[in-house]
Amino acid sequence: MINLPLLPILIPLLTGVLLMFFTKQLWMQRIVSFLSTLLTIGVSLYLVFQVKAQGILTVTLGSWPAPFGITLVSDMLSALLVLTTSLLVFFVIWYSMTYLSEQHQRFYYYIAVQFLLVGVNGAFTTGDIFNMFVFFEVFLISSYVLIVLGGKPAQLRESLKYLLVNVISSALFVMTVAFLYGIIGTLNMADISQKIAEINQPGILSVIAILFLVVFGLKGAIFPLYFWLPGSYQVPPTPVLALFGALLTKVGVYGILRTYSLFFSNEVGIIHSLLGGLALATIIIGVIGALATKDAKQILIYNIIVAVGVILYGVSVMTRQSLEGAVFYLLHDMLIKAALFLLVGIMIGIAGSSRLKSMGGMIKDYPLLGWTYFIAALSLAGIPPFSGFIGKLLIVRGGIEAGDLVGPFIVLASSLLVLYSVMQIFIRGFWGTPKTYTGSRRHLVKQLIAPTILLVTITVAYGVGAEAVRPFITQAVDPLVDPSIYIQAVLKGG
Amino acid sequence: MKKPMKKNTNDVILESATTFITFIIFLFAVYLFFAGHYTPGGGFIGGLVTSSALVLILLAFDIKTLRQILPFDYKMVTAVGMLIAVLTASGALLFNVPFFTHAHGYFELPLFGKTSLHTAMLFDLGVYFVVVGVTMTIIQTIGESD
Repeated sequence: MINLPLLPILIPLLTGVLLMFFTKQLWMQRIVSFLSTLLTIGVSLYLVFQVKAQGILTVTLGSWPAPFGITLVSDMLSALLVLTTSLLVFFVIWYSMTYLSEQHQRFYYYIAVQFLLVGVNGAFTTGDIFNMFVFFEVFLISSYVLIVLGGKPAQLRESLKYLLVNVISSALFVMTVAFLYGIIGTLNMADISQKIAEINQPGILSVIAILFLVVFGLKGAIFPLYFWLPGSYQVPPTPVLALFGALLTKVGVYGILRTYSLFFSNEVGIIHSLLGGLALATIIIGVIGALATKDAKQILIYNIIVAVGVILYGVSVMTRQSLEGAVFYLLHDMLIKAALFLLVGIMIGIAGSSRLKSMGGMIKDYPLLGWTYFIAALSLAGIPPFSGFIGKLLIVRGGIEAGDLVGPFIVLASSLLVLYSVMQIFIRGFWGTPKTYTGSRRHLVKQLIAPTILLVTITVAYGVGAEAVRPFITQAVDPLVDPSIYIQAVLKGG
Repeated sequence: MKKPMKKNTNDVILESATTFITFIIFLFAVYLFFAGHYTPGGGFIGGLVTSSALVLILLAFDIKTLRQILPFDYKMVTAVGMLIAVLTASGALLFNVPFFTHAHGYFELPLFGKTSLHTAMLFDLGVYFVVVGVTMTIIQTIGESD
């Protein structure tokens, strides 16, 4: 099957289109999107094993030879990210069926989610920088729909900010690609990488590298560019927030990871130390935010920022070990963030508010929820048997090996404070004297907990089975350390 | 202020001019659509010009009249367009060639003689429907919201 890398994009696209034909039949919408996402997971799993067996898979659309057509490249990194994305979307769809009101689901909700999946999977798979922009727009436009759906005043206000920031960053993306095209004269990422190596990276390319950092940093919320995120992510309903928190910022991180390892790997001086500095500042800002707030949702939202900082610190060190840690941590963080948001969503559903002071003593009535949250929280902080541990360990070791002591120290200290911030939710929410809850969704806990527990189980398995996952991660890091593997696979040695 | 559904004004000149100008615009749109492969034009501009013909009807008459003339749900038009585009592109999957690989050839057609037919035209047809559908959905939704 020559088109295999394409299928995780094509299946949700076709599903989204088909769903547009029967927007009135809610049951059909649910069943079709549930089953098709299950199919997408199956295909992405098959893709991962194919990439494992055969190396990097490429397909150049329209049968044009490589630098001229749009190439889709499934290396192990993108295949793993596509698999994780499809998994998360599946759980969020399952969760939304009971969590969201029927009114909410009726207005093209599942269509927007499918198109979000198209955009994110596409952005992970594409091997063409302008095509990556297009896929960014696909998932951004879906996210505009999802953030405003419901039409509450706060949602309208925040979606306006969100839209404004993203329109500006998209314009900047186009300008950056235009600069790059003006110098290099090609858009295929493998070809760009090859040509940059030929002209030996003059100063203007460092400027472009920093522009890319600004563009992807606005999407991925790094230190001075994170300002839109805490407000915008507060307003959409929790399943949508789980999608955003787990996927959207990570696409920005992936963009930085890809461009910095593929394009700007020849001269690792100023731009990588800039990236490292910003990553550490991002960690600090995220931790401060997470400690300062007394709102369960906000604590997790600031933890997204912390995780982005940790991953990007791993990227900036650019050794094999730190990159391995970054990839490990990236996958872990996508899974665990989605799980935590879904768990906190249930708590908000019970209590009717996301303020910590409106919760208390939930362990008495909802022990299963409480212990699942406890495991997820330990996993986020990186306690050894769970999944956050190995990624952070590798990042810290990579940092120390590269002769940096400040970075690893900040990463380690952030783990402690992250643990403190998520334990706040556990202590305030689950311990103490039980309160009477007035949340409208407290009768739904039994249905909502099933997908959440399954997701937490997957993250635990990911941590415990790290030995089994390791070869996949190693293969994912190979083209990041040595771009010639990627270039060879795309341009077939030409 | 709520707008009355049927206008009370007496725009005889505008309305009778619209009745035949609409057809000219529509023909021009079809011309642009088919000319796309060799000369400037294509699905996008063809779709926009078609919508402009429909908007002219909206200006001269009202939403109700347009709905009587062309009783389409424009959201469905968009969906059909998307489906045509996606299926055209994924037709390549059946022949196990990369996605979006188009096929073309020369055919002897009864009326036109030797004509080149290309599956890219089907993709453009999808684009055309999507553009018409989206434009008209936007305009009708804003027009009806009051």
